[in-house]
Amino acid sequence: MFYREAGDFKTSYQQDSQTFPIRFDRYRYYVVLAVAFGVVPFLINDYWANAILVPFLIYAIAAIGLNILTGYCGQVSLGTGGFMAVGAYACYKLMTAFPEVSMFIHVILAGGITAAVGVLFGLPSLRIKGFYLAVATLAAQFFLVWLLNRVPWFYNYSASGQISAPEREVFGIMITGANAPSWAVYLFCLIFLSLAGILARNLTRGTMGRRWMAIRDMDIAAEIIGVNPLTAKLTAFAVSSFFVGISGALFFSVYLGAVEVGEAFGIQKSFLVLFMVIIGGLGSIFGAFAGAAFLVVLPVALKLVGVDVLGWATDIVAHLQLVIVGGLIITFLVLEPHGLAQLWRVAKEKLRLWPFPY
Amino acid sequence: MPDQLLYAMEVTLNGLMAGVLYALVALGFVLIYKASGIFNYAQGVMALFAAMTLVGITEGQVPFSHLINAIFGTEIHNFGWQLPGLVAILLTMVVMVGLAWCVQQFVMRHLVGQAPIILFMATIGLAYFLEGVSDLMWGSEIRKLDIGLPQGINETLDRVTYDLFGYGFFIDNLDVVASVIAALLVIALVAFSQYTKQGRAMRAVADDHQAALSVGISLNFIWVMVWSVAGFVALVAGIMWGTKSGVQFSLSLIALKALPVLMLGGFTSIPGAIVGGLIIGVGEKLFDFMIGPMVGGATENWFAYVLALVFLVFRPQGLFGEKIIERV
Repeated sequence: MFYREAGDFKTSYQQDSQTFPIRFDRYRYYVVLAVAFGVVPFLINDYWANAILVPFLIYAIAAIGLNILTGYCGQVSLGTGGFMAVGAYACYKLMTAFPEVSMFIHVILAGGITAAVGVLFGLPSLRIKGFYLAVATLAAQFFLVWLLNRVPWFYNYSASGQISAPEREVFGIMITGANAPSWAVYLFCLIFLSLAGILARNLTRGTMGRRWMAIRDMDIAAEIIGVNPLTAKLTAFAVSSFFVGISGALFFSVYLGAVEVGEAFGIQKSFLVLFMVIIGGLGSIFGAFAGAAFLVVLPVALKLVGVDVLGWATDIVAHLQLVIVGGLIITFLVLEPHGLAQLWRVAKEKLRLWPFPY
Repeated sequence: MPDQLLYAMEVTLNGLMAGVLYALVALGFVLIYKASGIFNYAQGVMALFAAMTLVGITEGQVPFSHLINAIFGTEIHNFGWQLPGLVAILLTMVVMVGLAWCVQQFVMRHLVGQAPIILFMATIGLAYFLEGVSDLMWGSEIRKLDIGLPQGINETLDRVTYDLFGYGFFIDNLDVVASVIAALLVIALVAFSQYTKQGRAMRAVADDHQAALSVGISLNFIWVMVWSVAGFVALVAGIMWGTKSGVQFSLSLIALKALPVLMLGGFTSIPGAIVGGLIIGVGEKLFDFMIGPMVGGATENWFAYVLALVFLVFRPQGLFGEKIIERV
């Protein structure tokens, strides 16, 4: 009824290979973009921005990054927190060293630096596989956090060992620091998320993405048919760390403002992003969005129901949240290993035939 | 003898003792991995859960009391009894067997045949779940665990080394006890898997699931048993660590410490877990002692991982692991 491809003819190769081949999908995508850019910034207030929207945008970038590495290339990483920390500290060093350069450039450069670090820690992936590698990436997590904590140069010798974002403007509008208007922060993150989404979607359906997926499905077979595992794995690490670094830079500079590395980028963060990818759906860009949204909204919703409505103590709700998240992870892995994205796909299949399924 | 060398020797000894405790946790991993190919990330949380349960049962605390009070508005906290250590340990073991059954029934049974990495992620989910349940059941405060294990400086060793070198080594009694218990546990486990019917069945399952099924071994039973044994090992590790530093959340992080031990020793080898544990224990203590002051200290957090990482690049299956053969 709403969702059909009858009469949707493709007359050129270009049309055949577009991202959203079905017209309804395409319009829906434009509408979402239009609402996100044109409507939300006018309605946004501080609570919504800080509790839900901005964390969602930032985590979605990180989830896209991890999804490229884990979902598309099959290399499980538990070092996401460490790489986010690299992005944050790189951004901090750049912001304080070159105050007059635009924040856009800083954030992208921070991503680039993280990509280089990611490649370095991706090198062992050529020798070790599976959860041996997952454990090896923990080395990245602990080592990077320790390094950033111990070498004073990284935090400009500040007494507290924290880094705090200086106030910076983009096009004359403050976007970091406590006085930044929430709509500007939101838009700034949204721009990065949109670009990341478009970039990731196109990378994963092109040559590079196919190489990654071949490595994921069976690396030895892929090597035999001519996929170079060295370049495939290292590009996956680079691209993934690039996105993760950007998200770390944003997390520090525009969202938190001040960061203590062990607290903000600990192992829990790595797991959180991994859970987003699992719940959202391994190997799906939409899944990264869905998973990030789900795990950002869940604690807020639980707190709303548990503390405000039922009047329970905060710690009980926090413990319940652990139980629910853990239970959900298991449930998803048992019932729907492809996550929310697969549910969405199934729903779309159903909608295509509705109301006359055969 | 020069002082530096004596200090280094003391650090090495302490490292060996710490290594035994790491090995104790690593053992639980190896058991489950050998029998079912599952890398059980939740092992550390199982240790936490076991220790919490032990404390709770000993003190007669009502499980889930906070939650019950919050829902029904009641005020119950305590049964008002104090159980002796041995009874509490037995009751805790019953709980751990129940947990093993639940894990098998509700999680692992449905994931048979999935990729190992999926199973790994499922156990991460299990770890979160169990941590939440443990907090809900017994609360999340730091608890004191005391079932009568000796603690404090070992005076015999102190005196002997003082007579020998003119400098008394500081070794905690608890560490000595832990090493003895760990050694006994390893011997018991090896004897169990070599000489009993169930142990043989366990090895058969580890070798080939289908072949084991076809000679009439119940996979379900074996897996519940393996998880129970792992629960028992977790309980022992939980008692040791809990007595040492109190029962608290950080107990579950020892699982993270055991991971490099496993990588070093190989996932499939019980002796590997012991040797790996000792190497990591000594290595990180010595590294922190010698190199630590130069780079700002607290190297214990990452040293084990980096060591294991560097090691794996040269020998991907670990010291004692079976050679990894890959086919298309």
